[in-house]
Amino acid sequence: MKKFILYSVIFISSIFFAYPFIWMFFATIKPEAELTNIALIPSHLSLDSYKIVFSKIPIMRAFLNSLFVSGVVTFSVNVIGAIAGYVLSRMDFKGRKLILALMLFSMMLPFHILLIPLYVFIVKIRLTDTYLALILPGMSSIFAILMYKQFFTSIPQSLIDAARIDGCSHLRIIFGILIPISKPVVITVSIITFMGIWNDVLWPLIVIREKTLMTMPQMVTLFATGGAAQSIGPKLAAAFLLALPVIVVYAFFQKYFISSIAHTGMKE
Amino acid sequence: MILDKRYVPYLLLAPFLIHFLIFVIYPLIFSLILTLHKWNISMPMQWIGLKNFKRLFSDYYFWISIKNTLYFLIIHIPFQLIIALGLALILNQKIRFRGFARALFFMPVVVSGVVISILWKELYNYESGVLNRILVMMDFQRIPFLINTKWAMPSIAIMATWKNVGFYLVLFLVGLQNIPDSLYEAAEIDGASNWQKFWHITIPQLNPTILLVVILSSINGFSLFIEPYIMTGGGPLNSTLSAMLYIYKQAFFFNRLGYAATLAFSFAIILFFIVTVQKKIIEKEN
Repeated sequence: MKKFILYSVIFISSIFFAYPFIWMFFATIKPEAELTNIALIPSHLSLDSYKIVFSKIPIMRAFLNSLFVSGVVTFSVNVIGAIAGYVLSRMDFKGRKLILALMLFSMMLPFHILLIPLYVFIVKIRLTDTYLALILPGMSSIFAILMYKQFFTSIPQSLIDAARIDGCSHLRIIFGILIPISKPVVITVSIITFMGIWNDVLWPLIVIREKTLMTMPQMVTLFATGGAAQSIGPKLAAAFLLALPVIVVYAFFQKYFISSIAHTGMKE
Repeated sequence: MILDKRYVPYLLLAPFLIHFLIFVIYPLIFSLILTLHKWNISMPMQWIGLKNFKRLFSDYYFWISIKNTLYFLIIHIPFQLIIALGLALILNQKIRFRGFARALFFMPVVVSGVVISILWKELYNYESGVLNRILVMMDFQRIPFLINTKWAMPSIAIMATWKNVGFYLVLFLVGLQNIPDSLYEAAEIDGASNWQKFWHITIPQLNPTILLVVILSSINGFSLFIEPYIMTGGGPLNSTLSAMLYIYKQAFFFNRLGYAATLAFSFAIILFFIVTVQKKIIEKEN
């Protein structure tokens, strides 16, 4: 009996979480007239909604923009994070404590505060409507540095000393020896960073006006709120195209996603 | 080339330090300067002292956006806690499909808020939305989810719960797994009922997780932006004008950058105050 109730609750909540996505998918392949039916399966397949999306907005371009921007930022966050994490965990120098204190302090700042001055800065250095506007602010992350610092602290000093005696430079040690044994950190930092940049829409809305430079969430947002979509079908089709890459990647690496994101929650 | 060893750490830290100075410290200082000025970016800045802060008190929309955010939190936080904890308790049992269920509940967390907002805007639609069609089928009245001032914010809060619950569920699962079995065993020897074990062991042991969930949800409430931006535009009658949306409108529609910075600064202080109070209350319960 207890088992029966447990399974019923799981079953009902699963429907509650899955149904909206399933409904969305079927709504995008229905003919216009059947869009609002509760019945999921359309009477016949119609790809009109997708045709409208592809003819009205350069969504493939937006997809590639998002991929490029998120990729560059993720790479940079890992590189800068690993180097800074190494220095902060392995070296003693003047100002170390001050730097750590400033980092922890800045983690407590809500993002709102920096938004306006960052925008002003980007305008003043004439970077609006460039990829750099999307990339520069995210290139280094305190969270990533602290993740690397914590992980590197657990690695025995003898390993590093041995490499130093062999004449390895610090950068060789970081990227040749430490990174290959830091896979969990690399994965966590990469997933968090990539997802954060990929899904961000507020910042692109502020610094990008040029259609060819827009990120995917931004373009879909403007498509759905502006008049171009005309009806629900194309809006949902655009939204589905935005969700698809994430869902596909998530389906394969679901465990890494969950543990990485849970990890960030614990950190804050 | 021989490099003085003392400079090595600074050299290696340089990329981070330069980025930190330009994109964190400098904007932080500049935002404080902005709060004391009137500025629309194209004209020279005009020093106006504390006028921006004075203006807050008579700014109807500022208070509305605070009220809306609090309304959001009052609905969102209890829902979030109860549903996430309930589902975590179930998924913590030894049952089949729990990996699958966890993955499914977590899916809205990874999908962009843009997708979720567009999707739920249609689900909530008054005439054609699936939810209202189901209500009508069951002989209930239609609910004006997004077009009524009383319903709009709760509707967004419920959607936000649906989006985030998977995340908090996982936090609770971690919390549950950290409770030592010995506590339950000792209670069983004393003849405690399941209910007593829940109230006297599980809840107190989960206190840090509950605090975390409450704080993260509150931060979420103050960052609420894309949901009202897509679903309601802040309406009807400003009933879903969130803190972040109001900052955005002041800065990018009205070009009042000084005042927008003042708003951001004030919301941050209010958020900080709320989090401190939550900390005091929840830690005292323990």
